[in-house]
Amino acid sequence: MTHKNERVLSVTELSRVEGEGALYLRASGNRVEEARLDIYEPPRFFEAFLRGRAYTEPPDITARICGICPVAYQMSACQALEQACGVTVGEPIARLRRLLYCGEWIESHALHIYLLHAPDFLGYRSGIEMAAQRRDIVERGLALKKAGNAILEAVGGRPIHPVNVRLGGFYRAPARAELAALTDPLRRALDDALATVSWVAGFDFPEHACGGDMLALSQPGTYPIERGTVQTRSGLAFPAAGWDEHVIEEQVPHSTALHAHLAGGTRYLTGPLARYSLNSRWLSPLAREAARTAGLGPTCDNPFRSIIVRSVETVYAIDEALRLIEAYEPPDPPAAEVRPRAGVGHGVTEAPRGTLYHRYEIGADGLITTARIVPPTSQNQAAIEADLRAFAQARLDLDDAELTRQCEQAIRNYDPCISCSAHFLDLTVERSLLIPNGAWFPCQVLAAGRPW
Amino acid sequence: MPGPGRWPAVVIGVGNEFRRDDGAGPAVIGQMRDLVPAGVELVITDGEPTRLVEAWTGAALAVVVDAVRADPPHPGRIHRFVMDRPGAGAARPASSHGFGLDEAVALALALDRMPGRLIVHAIEAADLTQGTDLTPVVAEAVGAVAAAILDDLGAGPRLPGQGRKTSVPGT
Repeated sequence: MTHKNERVLSVTELSRVEGEGALYLRASGNRVEEARLDIYEPPRFFEAFLRGRAYTEPPDITARICGICPVAYQMSACQALEQACGVTVGEPIARLRRLLYCGEWIESHALHIYLLHAPDFLGYRSGIEMAAQRRDIVERGLALKKAGNAILEAVGGRPIHPVNVRLGGFYRAPARAELAALTDPLRRALDDALATVSWVAGFDFPEHACGGDMLALSQPGTYPIERGTVQTRSGLAFPAAGWDEHVIEEQVPHSTALHAHLAGGTRYLTGPLARYSLNSRWLSPLAREAARTAGLGPTCDNPFRSIIVRSVETVYAIDEALRLIEAYEPPDPPAAEVRPRAGVGHGVTEAPRGTLYHRYEIGADGLITTARIVPPTSQNQAAIEADLRAFAQARLDLDDAELTRQCEQAIRNYDPCISCSAHFLDLTVERSLLIPNGAWFPCQVLAAGRPW
Repeated sequence: MPGPGRWPAVVIGVGNEFRRDDGAGPAVIGQMRDLVPAGVELVITDGEPTRLVEAWTGAALAVVVDAVRADPPHPGRIHRFVMDRPGAGAARPASSHGFGLDEAVALALALDRMPGRLIVHAIEAADLTQGTDLTPVVAEAVGAVAAAILDDLGAGPRLPGQGRKTSVPGT
């Protein structure tokens, strides 16, 4: 009688990711048969929740989808609804939005670099363990994060779920002096960000390349944040209104988030690697130089090196924030008037984790009839699973514990923001034999808690 | 980094108003506006550990209020305890954000950023599904916790059982 050797790695709650998700990997002999990133996230609920609501409400409601990237939701929602109503905001408002978005990039990237991702490279089980050993380093990360928070508070009214954003612009434009007060802290943060690039560039990175296409906004002349045309590395270019034609979403059994692929069937990656690879030439000179000294070329395909790209983007966001503050003139009025009309609008911006698409249809009465939200992590699921499969295939000689650890790290490379929630990890590794009648025979079960 | 004594006290409501009873913490903060003494800061946050640490760094007294799950459950029941180390609480956070207080305390201890005293009020939740309304028993507990926190701050009536590590029936 022959027994087929099967290995099942199951991480029921992923640690150090923003949200609730699980990893499932099944190998048979020397071949990875299945790799799944199980996600249970709430944005699909929000799409239904928005129907029947006033056209003015999505910026506030969708901000609640995520505590880490609420500005991204607000900006994509505003852009889509303003388009539906035939309004284009002026440059002063657009620049203030970009400044607010810079604050979110700084805060989100600093959290991921220092407390969620760096521990993987330095052999710490958690950010807390790293804090105990390297207090100076973690304090630098918290100082960076705080600099981003200060922008969110000054422009958005508070650091989480900003309350100063409205359709057409802002309820109140900060005075010049209020933003000027951010300059010195941001200059110090810029030094911290440059030190961060040098620090992470010294980590050891496994040789690994993600396959598939890449998708990000592109806006010639500037690094894309709050607007731009959707582009792919393979040469597609389309406006937000072309999203449905080019991006296909589909339900898969193991996830409440929809998977996405390009219309031709190609899977793609969105996020810092895609953004950088499509737009590195539009970084500021300082950020470009930081990338060069860190050893990054004009593109980057290695997900492990995404921590360098995030650090470079943090330099850019601070540099850009300083530039915007220096040139700031309060928009007057702080918001353009947006009157409802029957129509459809599309909005697409670059959340810290990648491209975030919103689509709204509203009636002449200003009530929303349909809403669609496509967050970056759900777009990335197929790419993460494909990457995980290839990554694990090359490492099947590792024991279960080490293979699981490395696969978790491979997932954290993508900084998945699975929802506005997050859990610490209960990890289960299971070795099994599949006997010929197809029944599972568990051989060994290990369990270990993994802290944040 | 600010030193101790930045504020006399900070009250931090943790939760998500769009996950029903997980909104208990922010609801307590809402009830306390205009009632707290001068120098007391009110903060609403999602429980992300670094935000909690930043919120209480330098405070002589920090009071955190959050929704929790307990087994066996008793929705609306209130727990009050002084927290000086991870795991000192009586129940697990219920929030959709899941992680939070234990990790924040561990991080604060590692960075020497604990407040002078940390008091936690935890309200047992009944419903953590998506939505904006608190269940009636939790809404009732919100008022009791707001009064208890005012007492912690020296600005309100004392609730039965307060002042020592204990659980207080909320209904």
